Amino acid sequence: MGLGSYISLKDVVFSRSGRRIFNGVSVDIPRGKITAIMGPSGSGKTTLLRLIGGQLRQDSGSLTVDGHAISELRRKELYKFREKMGMLFQSGALFTDLSVYENVAFPMRVHTKLPEDMINDIVLMKLEAVGLRGARKLMPSELSGGMNRRVALARSIALDPELIMYDEPFAGQDPIGMGVLVKLIRDLNSSMGLTSVLVSHDVKESLSICHYACIIADGKVIGTGTPEELQAHPSEQVQQFLNGHPDGPVPFHYPSSAATEDFGLAGGAS
Amino acid sequence: MIDKIASFGRSGIDLVISIGRAGRFLGGVLSGVPRPVTGFPLLLKQLYSVGVLSLAIIVVSGLFIGMVLGLQGYTILSDFGSEAAIGQMIALTLVRELGPVVTALLFAGRAGSALTAEIGLMKATEQLSSMEMMGVDPLRRVIAPRLWAGFIAMPVLAIIFSMVGIWGGMLVGVEWLGVFEGSYWGNMQASVDFRDDVINGVIKSVVFGFVCAWIAVYQGYDCVPTSAGISSATTKTVVYSSLAVLGLDFVLTAVMFGNF
Repeated sequence: MGLGSYISLKDVVFSRSGRRIFNGVSVDIPRGKITAIMGPSGSGKTTLLRLIGGQLRQDSGSLTVDGHAISELRRKELYKFREKMGMLFQSGALFTDLSVYENVAFPMRVHTKLPEDMINDIVLMKLEAVGLRGARKLMPSELSGGMNRRVALARSIALDPELIMYDEPFAGQDPIGMGVLVKLIRDLNSSMGLTSVLVSHDVKESLSICHYACIIADGKVIGTGTPEELQAHPSEQVQQFLNGHPDGPVPFHYPSSAATEDFGLAGGAS
Repeated sequence: MIDKIASFGRSGIDLVISIGRAGRFLGGVLSGVPRPVTGFPLLLKQLYSVGVLSLAIIVVSGLFIGMVLGLQGYTILSDFGSEAAIGQMIALTLVRELGPVVTALLFAGRAGSALTAEIGLMKATEQLSSMEMMGVDPLRRVIAPRLWAGFIAMPVLAIIFSMVGIWGGMLVGVEWLGVFEGSYWGNMQASVDFRDDVINGVIKSVVFGFVCAWIAVYQGYDCVPTSAGISSATTKTVVYSSLAVLGLDFVLTAVMFGNF
């Protein structure tokens, strides 16, 4: 583990359903900073979060979080360890049978023996932090997509975790919702000193708030560094991804046989 | 030919893998000791949703089945001049067979499918994953209370079904067709044995309750988290539960009542 790294992946190999997702990925995620993991759709960004959270196990290589090898933890130890983690899912993943208030109170009710008045204060503080104190009586079905994610964010910080992982937080958000989430992620990181891992393919928003970024494609890390270092990265693949070029090392055309064959022009016109 | 054999073999292997997964899943659910303080309210909530909300269909079905048994029994027994034995016939039929079996089939259709759909939807909307990431084991928090609720509710529902059915049979046999009330209840009391009939019927419903609840929660937990996957899992719950109940009923009947 590198000095100051909170999460360290070394030569991680992971396959699923016969498909190799990661082929020797090595990444160090520094403590107390926002690290963006970016990459094209299907490159395994969410899978990486699930490996860090211990929901999946790597085939080989090492993965440590705060010095603990996640894949070697026993079931009970893993569940205990997860109390130090928060995760914001792409869908929010709020419990649909509980109100906003009860959703945020849920981790405290399960993991602590705090008195009800203290839970009430903490829930209201967390909801205030995401600007939704006034929505505490609503049910998840009454929330917009952006509000849903903000409540989920309040819930994920309810136990004051050391690590928070964001899975595609900006996906499907309007500009205002996106701006709110960008502000919240930045503010939470600086005020709580969290280690934040942000998985996204929204380049502009991610680079605007992250301290470090890492781009994954084809099962490996193709670029890593500060946002400025990445912008100046010599790799064509990195530049294609960052600038959204439709053609390049990732081709526009899906691999196919020669067009002349498909159009019945084999042999050529004389 | 070889392809067909290979396909048959693959299906067999898939079946064995699936049974193995279901067994491991059950072990995971039952391995944790429920905590009285947090577990009991969750169990009560599920008992309400699985048991109390199934009461209407159980009571109405029990009433009509008892009434039909009364009509059919009277028609057949009166040919032999034995219509006084109608109470005995209805009670034994319900307590030994129809009570546990029909309750289990109705339970699979009403509560089992609802359990599968609910758990499947929780999986599809990442609620189970988010629970895991909060350090809460969904097997203990979500699955175990539902499994225990099914296990507890089924025998109670089967007893209610049989009681209502016996009452329905009396409405038709005694109130409508004129069988002497004393014969109805007296023959029943004389011929129904508490241990051999009632307890065996309850044992059947306990087994059916366990199997139906296990199939329902496993199908929900193991489903493909898409709308098509949830739909398929719900169908499987009803089909597998029904087949399991009917198959197990034969085995249990042979063991309990077969004089070999």
